[in-house]
Amino acid sequence: MTPERSITSRLTAVAAHAGAGPAFWIVGAILFAGVPLLNALPADSFFHVSDFTLNLLGKFFAFAILALGIDLIWGYTGVLSLGHGVFFGLGAYAMGMHLMLGIGTEGVYGNALPDFMVWNQVEELPWFWKPFYSLPFSLAAIVLVPMAAAAIFGYFVFRSRIRGVYFSIITQALALVAWLVFNRNETNLGGTNGLTDFKHIQGFSLNDPSTQLVMYMVTILFLGLAYALCRWITQSRAGRVLIAIRDCEQRVFFSGYSPANYKLFVFVISAGLAGLAGALYVPQVGIITPNQIGVLPSIEMVIWVAVGGRGTLSGAIIGAAGVNFMRSTLTNHFPELWPFFLGGLFIAVVMFFPKGIVGLLRKASAMLPSRKSKVENAAATD
Amino acid sequence: MSAWLLLFLGTPLSLATAQDGPTPVPVVMTTQKAMTALQEGPWPDKKLATDFLLKNGDPSLLPQLEELRSNTNRRVRRLIKPVLNLLKNKAGLASPDKEDRRAAARDLGARGTPEALPVLKEALSDEKEHWVRYDLEEAIQLLNLENADPQVKFSAIQKLGDMRSSAALPILQDLTKQQADNLEQQTLKDEAEKASRLIQKWQDVTRGIEMLLQGLSLGSILLLMALGLAIVFGLMGVINMAHGEMMMIGAYATFVVQETFRMYLGEHLFDYYFFFALPCAFFVAAFIGWILEGTLIRFLYGRPLETLLATWGVGLVMIQTARLIFGDLTAVQAPSWLRGSAQVVVGVQLPYNRLFIILLALFSVAGIYLLLFRTGIGLRVRAVLQNRDMSACLGIPTRKLDAYTFAFGSGLAGLAGSALTMVGNVDPELGRNYIVDSFMVVVAGGVGKLAGTITAAFGIGTLNKLLEPSFGAVYGKVIILVLIILFLQIRPSGLFALKGRHLDS
Repeated sequence: MTPERSITSRLTAVAAHAGAGPAFWIVGAILFAGVPLLNALPADSFFHVSDFTLNLLGKFFAFAILALGIDLIWGYTGVLSLGHGVFFGLGAYAMGMHLMLGIGTEGVYGNALPDFMVWNQVEELPWFWKPFYSLPFSLAAIVLVPMAAAAIFGYFVFRSRIRGVYFSIITQALALVAWLVFNRNETNLGGTNGLTDFKHIQGFSLNDPSTQLVMYMVTILFLGLAYALCRWITQSRAGRVLIAIRDCEQRVFFSGYSPANYKLFVFVISAGLAGLAGALYVPQVGIITPNQIGVLPSIEMVIWVAVGGRGTLSGAIIGAAGVNFMRSTLTNHFPELWPFFLGGLFIAVVMFFPKGIVGLLRKASAMLPSRKSKVENAAATD
Repeated sequence: MSAWLLLFLGTPLSLATAQDGPTPVPVVMTTQKAMTALQEGPWPDKKLATDFLLKNGDPSLLPQLEELRSNTNRRVRRLIKPVLNLLKNKAGLASPDKEDRRAAARDLGARGTPEALPVLKEALSDEKEHWVRYDLEEAIQLLNLENADPQVKFSAIQKLGDMRSSAALPILQDLTKQQADNLEQQTLKDEAEKASRLIQKWQDVTRGIEMLLQGLSLGSILLLMALGLAIVFGLMGVINMAHGEMMMIGAYATFVVQETFRMYLGEHLFDYYFFFALPCAFFVAAFIGWILEGTLIRFLYGRPLETLLATWGVGLVMIQTARLIFGDLTAVQAPSWLRGSAQVVVGVQLPYNRLFIILLALFSVAGIYLLLFRTGIGLRVRAVLQNRDMSACLGIPTRKLDAYTFAFGSGLAGLAGSALTMVGNVDPELGRNYIVDSFMVVVAGGVGKLAGTITAAFGIGTLNKLLEPSFGAVYGKVIILVLIILFLQIRPSGLFALKGRHLDS
């Protein structure tokens, strides 16, 4: 936020952050292969990871992909979007529609139409449902539909130089409106109950632990890819422009760049990541409803990134997994305390540790006198 | 053949008339006799008694008749139904409450028998209230429509048309559909057509007026909320996402005051609780706002995105606290003088609670205007709004001013919440329903000018209600969001932005 900091000091900070090679592969390997191996251990073993936990982890890491996208637009570019639930929802509903059509005549009513349509007395499959029979189309739609939506919305919003809180408010209104529309029965997306009751994905039963194991591994794979993509973007020249936009948009503007185009680019990319996350979320959780994409979840997603540490990719992942882990633990044992905890998190992360967990870790490691920590300390001071 | 058929069809009819027997011998009736006849007499006597009661009955007979109705068979019940109806409404017409009188007149117009005419006429001659007179007149003309005399019928049609009576519309439309056999019927039919056209046209007008009033009332709620938001954001660059929760606090303050009045003060004082609840809601919300400013907001000045997140967290905590204290849903009972509604024109009613909200919004705007432009503190606030650093140099205590402004903005939200209890339930998430809309008002109106906020609030409120009938509430909202985004293409900083040469403003 301080415009007087020189751009060169930022660049050194970025360069310092670039050397995170081995950690990525080690953590990636543990998550991708190690956790499934622990799952294969006998159930009474101390290190055994249950199917339930594995499924939960898969959900958390799907959220982590979304958090990476939010980190790109907020942590790096300084544009706070409170409407990412919508893009998450578009991806999730696209996947959900494909899975829904996969149920076929196995539904409660034995009709080829999804159950809720029979219930709502819809006679014929609406036109926009038809292409979702095809897997390639669905897989493309998962990413392209949210990206297209973000491109149209972002084009108008960024073009008119709506920025800062105005942008946040407009995106929040977008989330509200999307929530309202998805809640309607005549939208033919299941209304309040959303899409659920999926049976199988490409012939594999979704209730089968091995399918869920594969889903977990696919999620980790995509998380790795998303991380690499974000890293590539943030390390590139464009990434430096993004950070410059965050720190002083006017200087970037007067240096001959077009901040609007850069912001639009990042917004679209992050919407695509959100869509991907939604699509990975649906088969693992088994339901998508409007309440998972509205105003409330959208702003919660931002706080994952804030807790982990905005402006650092590892922070986004740690935050998403950490907050959601806390959430499932707390809502299990003390459901009425969760809002206090979440609210406290919002306040604390703004007031006391604005750099999040990663910032705290860096501060702690800076206490240790070693070469590496000095470099990280330099990065932490940005 | 056809003659035979006619004869055959005619037989049961003639039999039916024969069954009623010869015209009854006139008997001198009294109420007493009629009542006994109804209870014990043979069928023809019962009919006579009914006729007598229709003409001379008195509301004091109602309890007796009610008792009779519950103890007798279906046939008698049906027989005395018009009597009961007439007598009930006769009692209603004598009521001191004008709403009761109006309801009685309307009921007689819709379901009455010709016997009600003298009753209505008598009531009309004594009546002074304009709208009661209207309803009585309408009822009389509606009953006259049933009259066999074409002259009477004609003038009734004409009158109803002139009165723009919406109750008469279905009947008149029926009349226009009837086959006209002669010139007389044709004139009646033409007149009915003319009258129903008049009425329909008027109904379009009233729909428009009604929408406008609804929009005005929604706009007032949005305005009450957005005023506080806009002032705080304009002055301090703080986005207060907990503003909706300030409103919720105001609503609960009203609820608590009401319960206190109910518990410790008598019924006769209950109606006055609202006079106490309004300032109470303002000060409680303002106090909490003041605390919030002192403990949290003041560390986040000039970082709107951060305040947005932190205040959202504060909102979450407040909502959950309210839920733990008050439970999920409570309701505030409006004081009796806010129940009912005022008739604006024929066919348009404005409920008093809506009127109250509109007045409260206007009152608040006037108050803020006076405060900002006619007091020393307002002068200072405007100075800080224009140039914070320069104002501080000139000795204006900007920090203190911020705290007061934030508290004042929160108090306004509390006032809005208190007003909202008059039109809806109170639940912990009350504020969340309006927060996004009121932020849209701030965005569309532009920051720093009262006029922008006012125009945007009423604009969005009216547009909302205008779009609702044809697109539904949800798609209406979608259209409004699209319109706002498009509008911001032309005016990125809202309707009435402060003029400046900053790239950022």
